[in-house]
Amino acid sequence: MLLRHTKKASESIERKGLTINPAKTCQPVGAMYAALGVHGCLPHSHGSQGCCSYHRTALTRHYKEPVMAATSSFTEGSSVFGGQANLLQGLSNIYSIYEPDIVAIHSTCLSETIGDDLGQIVGKARVEGQIPEGKHAVYAATPSYVGSHVTGFSNMVKGIIDYFAYKTEEVKKQLNILPGWVEPSDMREIKRMLKMMKVKYVMLPDTSDVLDEPMTGKFKMFPEGGTTIPQMASMGDSIKTIALGEWCSKDSAIHLENKCKVPFHIADMPIGIKATDRFVQVVAKAFRISVPDSLTKERGRLVDAIVDMQQYLFGKRVALFGDPDQCISLTEFLVDMGMKPVYIVSGTPGKAFEKRMASILDKKVPEAKYMNGERADLFLLHQWIKDEGVDLIIGNTYGKYIARDENIPFLRFGFPILDRIGHSYFPTVGYMGGLRLLEKMLSLIMDHEDATVAEEKFELVM
Amino acid sequence: MISKNKNKKHVPNPEEFKEELLKKYPLKVAKKRAKGILVNDPKDTGMEIQANVRTIPGIITQRGCTYAGCKGVILGPTRDVVNIVHGPIGCSFYAWLTRRNQTKPPTAQDPNYIPYSFSTDMQDSNIVFGGEKKLKDAIQDAWDLFKPRSIAVFSTCPIGLIGDDIHAVCREKKAELGINIFGFSCEGYKGVSQSAGHHIANNKIFSDVIGIDLTLPRAGKFVINMMGEYNIGGDSFALESYFEEMGVTLKATFSGNSTIESYESAHDVDLNIVMCHRSINYIAEMMEKKYGIPWFKVNFIGAQATAKSLRRIAEYFGDEEVMAKTEALIARELESVKAVANKVKPLVQGKTAMMFVGGSRAHHYQELFRELGIETIAAGYEFAHRDDYEGRRVIPDIKIDADSRNIEELKVVKDKVSFKDSLVEKKKALKDKNFEFENYEGMMPEMSKNSLVIDDISHWESELLIEKYKPDIFCAGIKEKYVVQKNGIPLKQLHSYDYGGPYAGFVGAINFYNEMERMLCTDIWKMIDAPWKNEPVCVGSVVEE
Repeated sequence: MLLRHTKKASESIERKGLTINPAKTCQPVGAMYAALGVHGCLPHSHGSQGCCSYHRTALTRHYKEPVMAATSSFTEGSSVFGGQANLLQGLSNIYSIYEPDIVAIHSTCLSETIGDDLGQIVGKARVEGQIPEGKHAVYAATPSYVGSHVTGFSNMVKGIIDYFAYKTEEVKKQLNILPGWVEPSDMREIKRMLKMMKVKYVMLPDTSDVLDEPMTGKFKMFPEGGTTIPQMASMGDSIKTIALGEWCSKDSAIHLENKCKVPFHIADMPIGIKATDRFVQVVAKAFRISVPDSLTKERGRLVDAIVDMQQYLFGKRVALFGDPDQCISLTEFLVDMGMKPVYIVSGTPGKAFEKRMASILDKKVPEAKYMNGERADLFLLHQWIKDEGVDLIIGNTYGKYIARDENIPFLRFGFPILDRIGHSYFPTVGYMGGLRLLEKMLSLIMDHEDATVAEEKFELVM
Repeated sequence: MISKNKNKKHVPNPEEFKEELLKKYPLKVAKKRAKGILVNDPKDTGMEIQANVRTIPGIITQRGCTYAGCKGVILGPTRDVVNIVHGPIGCSFYAWLTRRNQTKPPTAQDPNYIPYSFSTDMQDSNIVFGGEKKLKDAIQDAWDLFKPRSIAVFSTCPIGLIGDDIHAVCREKKAELGINIFGFSCEGYKGVSQSAGHHIANNKIFSDVIGIDLTLPRAGKFVINMMGEYNIGGDSFALESYFEEMGVTLKATFSGNSTIESYESAHDVDLNIVMCHRSINYIAEMMEKKYGIPWFKVNFIGAQATAKSLRRIAEYFGDEEVMAKTEALIARELESVKAVANKVKPLVQGKTAMMFVGGSRAHHYQELFRELGIETIAAGYEFAHRDDYEGRRVIPDIKIDADSRNIEELKVVKDKVSFKDSLVEKKKALKDKNFEFENYEGMMPEMSKNSLVIDDISHWESELLIEKYKPDIFCAGIKEKYVVQKNGIPLKQLHSYDYGGPYAGFVGAINFYNEMERMLCTDIWKMIDAPWKNEPVCVGSVVEE
């Protein structure tokens, strides 16, 4: 057994201080990911070198793509005297060596603990010329000891909006789409749906054409994709902001309203039928259009496929872990298909999690256990599974250890996925994404049945 | 693109290249970087490289932090210890199973905590009010859940700043629970790279673990420890089988496929062999002072290097039977190696390689490439010191700066009980016969004239290297991998082996040769350009009726 020390929850102690096998990581990696979705932008980590190295590594392994970022390279001296000198020097070097249009600086637990004020340092850099004329530096405080990687993503998007978006006299008939922390494939899919609806939009961030780059024989430090400066600037004039995911996008939407009076709507991440329906309706309403037939047909195909295969899904017990925005929509989708999401954990804190889960699960799956925040980790999830098994596990790559030990089919979903490809290319959002999730789940469950069922029960047609 | 004929390739003038490289930098940066970039002359023993100094902020380095070197590298591969990372969640998350340290507990009942990540997951209130209470709770949780043999605690950046005394907590819980509990002050900002973390890890294992168990009988007739071998991709497994066949008992490996239990009596050996000099030489030296155990450098990367290293171990013991078994093993294994080399070498001979990695691999792997007729035209370490480049003879001349000074140097004295005078005599007798100990000549003397040696290479430097020199293969880590490959050049990861391996020993050489055939001869690199790339662009459109 790989996780040989994990025993049943019913026979365990209540932990007071120890997190084991976390279902989250820390803020800066989210800030780095968000900044990569801005065109011509280099993320910069204000802290020890290790932070930058670890975050680049995690993102690189997840995407199998270059992930460029710089660091302030703190030493003991900078930790005592403050990191201002390192950041000023770092900025000056970055602009002269790598020539980005924008540097997106995020803090770390180290620089936050010593009290470095990014706003003050960036202001000084502007005055002293470390940030050259015509170049930009945005920043976000992302202390690792608050929230999770999702919080860091949200904070950086907010920082970018704060710097770039501004209101002019002109109202632009376009929507701001804050997609939240989804894959480049998902951003591409959302854009495809918006195009089908003939809706004009600005999407921030947008990592498609950044973290799914083709092989050309020439490395580009700043790929074609990413939200551009004029696009970001115009967000202040949009008619509405549609913010996907309360954890990922709510703060940014509120900030944009405060700053530029752009009204907003918080929608769930469009994963599954109902959440996608709501997204489509919100977009249609905001833009005053009717939903095109082509999109309705896609929806119909998804519903049709579920109907056709429901016998293999109905009543199946699922353990799920990941980020709150994804988990909420996915849980709803699972319930809609007649599955039973019985165990759900997310390391990301936030009171709304419990409320949302209760509203989805209390009636349909009253036996479900869910928890988020501190010590809502994979160790707990595994302990629950030891108490009573499940038919499917859904989560990031770390779930494979539980899946192997317990011989349970395992669907990779979320961040990070370190051992398979596909997530950068094939979306899980929208109706087409729903179809992909459905196909993957069915393959896993049915392959498992094919591999384990008694010979006399082995079926040709399923 | 991979060039078929190396002879036709234009090789830049290295001095001019260096000049072009530095031109991009602001003046002060250029001045500093110039000292870390050398045009090699293996005969010039006066060449000095700048290494183990601060990275310039913003330059885009590949280096990591002290915590990574301590927890990730040195303690990560040991399976019977609960490693609690004291800090916000990220540090423990990123060091969770990410270094491919394989381990094989002898039975299903033996402890193995490697697939687990333990953290105190500090929140803002812990930062404000201190995290000692939470750490105590975490240690208690670990004890209640697992009853481990030992628990280790690792400090991350904020810990040093808020003043949590992890060592006091460890002492308190150690007294209370009666197991070994020890802490590492390996905050990420200490030192200038992972290297400081190696040193901190070495110190604590030496002071709190090695030699605390005096009850065990000697493990065998000829007993060694292997140091600086981390069992990436199963390297240690391959080597373990060789020692067994030779009749040499491997007491402990620091730290691939290892246990804390084996460290506790690791003082009772005849010899320490050192693989990665950079990460572990501290323990080897301290053990010699305290217990009289001699050490020498070995290299198991490359078939010839492996044969040479195994022979030296056999010669050290001087036992006829061991030597005979060793020779039989070498003869047999070299036969299989030769078969694969004969197949691969003609396909890859004459190609060029670059490698920028670690504190020893950028040197060791040149040996493997040489066996295939591939020349290393540029190399450098990420976190090594001058001795790893120039050889141990320069150690007395290395300036101690502020960043090295804050890493503790342990005062080591002879152990009254366990010091072995017999080993000191054995060493002296062998030395008189020109047998080398405490030896490491470094990378530079083995590299060719006019090759480039670059310490702590930046992104810009590797980009220009690739553009100007067009190597056939580049060896580095995951952060560089797709950058280089987007340029149409294969990159072999030498930290994680691209999830392959083992590459140590004879079986490792065979694996690596085959891997080079795959990487250098695969057709996919020829398909980067679409067939219509050079066709004229059609103007106009097809009109539908």
